[in-house]
Amino acid sequence: MPPALSRDSDTVAATESTVRATRPAPAPRVLQVPPAVAGFACILALAGVLEYLVSVQAISPFVVPKPSDIVSAVVRLAAEEGLFSALLVTLGTAASSIALAIVTGVVAGYLLYRYPVWGSAYEPWLAALFSAPLILLYPLFLVVFGRGFGTVVAIGFMTGTIPVIIGTRAALRDVPETLRNVGRSFNATPRQAFWMIDFPAAVPMMFAGIRLCIIYALVNIIGLEFLVDFGGLGRLVSEMYDRFDIPGMYAAILFIILLSGSFLWVLGAIERRVRPE
Amino acid sequence: MSTRLTIQLSTLAAILIGWEVLARSGLFYAEVTPSLLAIGSALAGQLLSSAFWGHAAVTIAEILVGFAVAVVLGVSVGIVLGANRYAGRMFEPYINALATTPKIIFLPIVLLAAGIGPESKAVLGALSGFFPIVLNTMAGMLQVRPVHVRVAQSFNASAWQTTRMVYLPSLVGPIITGMRLGLGVAIIGVLLGEIKLSDRGLGFLARSFYDAFRVADLYAVLLFVFCAAAAANVLMSSVERRFQSWRQA
Repeated sequence: MPPALSRDSDTVAATESTVRATRPAPAPRVLQVPPAVAGFACILALAGVLEYLVSVQAISPFVVPKPSDIVSAVVRLAAEEGLFSALLVTLGTAASSIALAIVTGVVAGYLLYRYPVWGSAYEPWLAALFSAPLILLYPLFLVVFGRGFGTVVAIGFMTGTIPVIIGTRAALRDVPETLRNVGRSFNATPRQAFWMIDFPAAVPMMFAGIRLCIIYALVNIIGLEFLVDFGGLGRLVSEMYDRFDIPGMYAAILFIILLSGSFLWVLGAIERRVRPE
Repeated sequence: MSTRLTIQLSTLAAILIGWEVLARSGLFYAEVTPSLLAIGSALAGQLLSSAFWGHAAVTIAEILVGFAVAVVLGVSVGIVLGANRYAGRMFEPYINALATTPKIIFLPIVLLAAGIGPESKAVLGALSGFFPIVLNTMAGMLQVRPVHVRVAQSFNASAWQTTRMVYLPSLVGPIITGMRLGLGVAIIGVLLGEIKLSDRGLGFLARSFYDAFRVADLYAVLLFVFCAAAAANVLMSSVERRFQSWRQA
């Protein structure tokens, strides 16, 4: 029979010091910089390098202006060129077409899941439409909806609804059978089963579809504003280019990047709240 | 005939009949929705003209070159940012922000740097296609089994050897998915660039037909572009599916 572990303090102390001596030495404390800060610092460093390169004319100011000029251009655009009204136009168009696209897409996706024959019949068409350059149809839309708000919303809606349909149908079809069996074993009614099991399980993939919807809708809306200038940030970029106001153009582009980024950030925040843990 | 096929054929027939009715009803200004016969003959005319194929060749070349550059850059940057988690987290918000912006707005910058020839459209295509590929590659790097990486490290593999023998084989699936999405947006980027400012290519051709109000020819070109894009997408999807079934085996 093995000797009982002794518990007297000397042995414990001796054991502890032995263990401590053989443990690897702790790593030296390196300054823990959060990646976000490091990334931003990198961007600032890049801006500094650009500022220098452009001021010594190593890079033509017509291709990349000095970052300081871009910042002052933002102020100028806000004051003189209606930067914020353009922002509101783009924001409004995007928000309305995305909202329409999500509602229609979820309903259509659900119907295609509920009636599987129709779902599998239209599946290849939806896949083909998904990456088709639908924005090329804009001449037709211009005539049907006029040179204004309607066309842009229509294009944004059309390009945004397809990923939602595909994503919703895929999400509902991918609900694990185990979860459905649980519902059945509890004698859940079809409505209960749907709202308590299928829908929450489908939410993550649905959000993936909605994320694609936002991206495609924004890309097409701003692209169309750029091509056919009636209002919005896209038009602003085009106009600044036509006037050869390069810092202004970059300023407008910066705002577009900020707008797109914030849409997705909002979606991420909503997703984190809604997502069942 | 299976129900699925019936649904597809009858929907297609309904769309075609609906279009023809719309065309002949004069609901819209007569020239805007030309009859299917007009579109069909315009398409035939275009496909038989060498000028059309000249433009098509330019567009296809721009797309292929831009897409190739996007794949090489996207995979490389994706592997680098995926291997080093810190670097990845540093730059991810900026990549995400740029991914969601329409690359067409960078067209003026590209034009200033590269002129209005085909090179600028290829650059635009590369810019557009880069982001889905790099994002998918970064996500795919997260799924590379750490034990494989450690095996490579214990064999003192160089960075290139690790890339070739550990990362790339694990990444083939995500890369193909990224390529499928990237090809779609690269095509859109190139075409939009051609529409806005170009002197050749299918986008330019479409724009010139629009300006000359040759609507049937415009639709013919658009139809060709859609079918070609759909075919490219189907090709990529079948490659993806083939790869996944190979993976499962």
